[in-house]
Amino acid sequence: MMSRSRWIVIIVTAAIYAVVMATAAAKLLNPYWLQIFQFACIMTISALGLNVIYGYTGQFSLGHAAFYGIGAYTSALITKSWAIGAASFPIALIAGVLAAAVVGFLIGLPILRLRSDYLGIATLGFGIIVKVLFDNADAVLPTLGGSRGMTGIAHYTTFTWVYLLAIGTVLLVRNFVYSSSGRACISVREDEIAAEAIGINTTKYKTLGFVMGCALGGLAGGLYAHLYTFLHPMNIDFLKSFDVLLIVVLGGLGSISGTVVAACAWTLLLEGLRVVLPSEILDWRLVIYPLLLIVVMLLRPQGLFGGLEFKFLKPGAKS
Amino acid sequence: MAYFVQQLINGLQLGFVYALIALGYTMVYGIVRLINFAHGDVFMVGAYLGFYAITRAHMPFPLAILVAMAGCAVLGVVIERIAYKPLRTAPRIAALITAIGVSLFIEYFTSLRFVFGPNYLAYPQPIRIVNYNLGGVSITSIQIVVFAVATALLIFLQLFVQKTKTGMAMRAVSFDRDTARLMGINVDWIISITFAIGSALAAAGGVLYGMAYPQINPFMGIMPGLKAFVAAVLGGIGVIPGAMIGALILGVVEVLAAAFVSSTMRDVFAFGILILVLLVKPTGILGGPSQEKV
Repeated sequence: MMSRSRWIVIIVTAAIYAVVMATAAAKLLNPYWLQIFQFACIMTISALGLNVIYGYTGQFSLGHAAFYGIGAYTSALITKSWAIGAASFPIALIAGVLAAAVVGFLIGLPILRLRSDYLGIATLGFGIIVKVLFDNADAVLPTLGGSRGMTGIAHYTTFTWVYLLAIGTVLLVRNFVYSSSGRACISVREDEIAAEAIGINTTKYKTLGFVMGCALGGLAGGLYAHLYTFLHPMNIDFLKSFDVLLIVVLGGLGSISGTVVAACAWTLLLEGLRVVLPSEILDWRLVIYPLLLIVVMLLRPQGLFGGLEFKFLKPGAKS
Repeated sequence: MAYFVQQLINGLQLGFVYALIALGYTMVYGIVRLINFAHGDVFMVGAYLGFYAITRAHMPFPLAILVAMAGCAVLGVVIERIAYKPLRTAPRIAALITAIGVSLFIEYFTSLRFVFGPNYLAYPQPIRIVNYNLGGVSITSIQIVVFAVATALLIFLQLFVQKTKTGMAMRAVSFDRDTARLMGINVDWIISITFAIGSALAAAGGVLYGMAYPQINPFMGIMPGLKAFVAAVLGGIGVIPGAMIGALILGVVEVLAAAFVSSTMRDVFAFGILILVLLVKPTGILGGPSQEKV
């Protein structure tokens, strides 16, 4: 027996999907905004990944865009060089996820020994190295395009894909966080020494959280590549890692609801300012945005949701 | 061999500029445990202030650098008061996010046409460029000025922190803020002074950078700022001599990698050495053992 509130959530989720699809089909929603909505879902997936790493496992990562990029380039390389049409898309997405996860595992094992800011700067360095390697990748694989960018990626990403995968990611993260592994990750965040003292294998859970977050970043990257059909190393430079971090912190560390709301709000706000501002002060868009960021942070240092969660995202909560 | 020495000198030139920025990072981090991402943009503002002092006000070079330093000292204190001070008791990540916000704000605000404008500007040469040839290795008058100014400022800073009463208070606050407050140290004042000195040094770095690599734009601070932060971490963040050593190592490694391997791969070496050093010594070259609370 499902509770009534759960039914409401399912109906609302389906209704959003139906409204977007219907308005897009009826040409009420122009393709540009449809693309923005898809990008919001992609940012949600990527930010949920970072929330697992930083919000729940407490490992400060400033290199999230690198894993996003690894997923994006891997999947784009597969759909581009393996000409079997749209059927290659799911396979390419899975390959992107696996590539990001494997690289996350290999780099995570040595550097997760570092703590807090040192880990942050090491992951930041890793992210920049990955970006420079993609800048020079055309020397090895001309398809990747190097610093000229990778063109001609098929447009496979649709709203259905990103919406379903975003919902799937929310469910995955929710179930993970409330599983025994997830609780072990949270204990590492709260106090690594105490966690170790009660017999939690901290290395294992740090790596688990990190790899899972990187995999989600890779998934988001694969979707991004097939949405915009063009990839450039600038898309994955360290400032993009900051964007994801901003979303996670603005939403509130360790809150799925916060990350989802902040990812959508952030994407829509940045684009919305483009529409709202008169053209003569459009230059001010990127001046207003950091000011808003500072004001929100000064008013709510713990983030919008600050550890709170919508009820339906908590298992066993009476509703 | 002469080519190697030549590149070594070029590397040291870059390293000294990094050192001036890195000191601000490391001092601020030592005192408030904040990665001040806006620091690279203060460096940029310093370069522009020097630019306008030389081109518009026709000031001589030493005066221009002082004007830039004074202007940025004020800017640093204003940033601290508005964006960081209210968050001193909040989770540390909140201040980091406002630092990113301040950084973006400075970059895009100064890109507006009525401020600095978005275009690249050619930096004036305030001193005559002379090439001195020492046994096959050439060293320019600009390099000599960079070395001299940077070394003088570094020595001044070291003396200030080690010998004066304010310097002692800074070390006390960095060691334990609450105890320092109990001992009658005005912590807010010391933090402001730290931001002022750090920003002034970054401004000097900005003017020297503009002279040595004569092109400036509002986004020029991002990469040097980041590299300087890496240098500070490499040397052991919070340790002043560490920042200098880290910066010199980073500058030399970067230039040598560009000269002998590939100029597009220089960042791979710069950040690769950071990761390697951290893996061997997680708190940097001169960093003390990290404290573990139980």
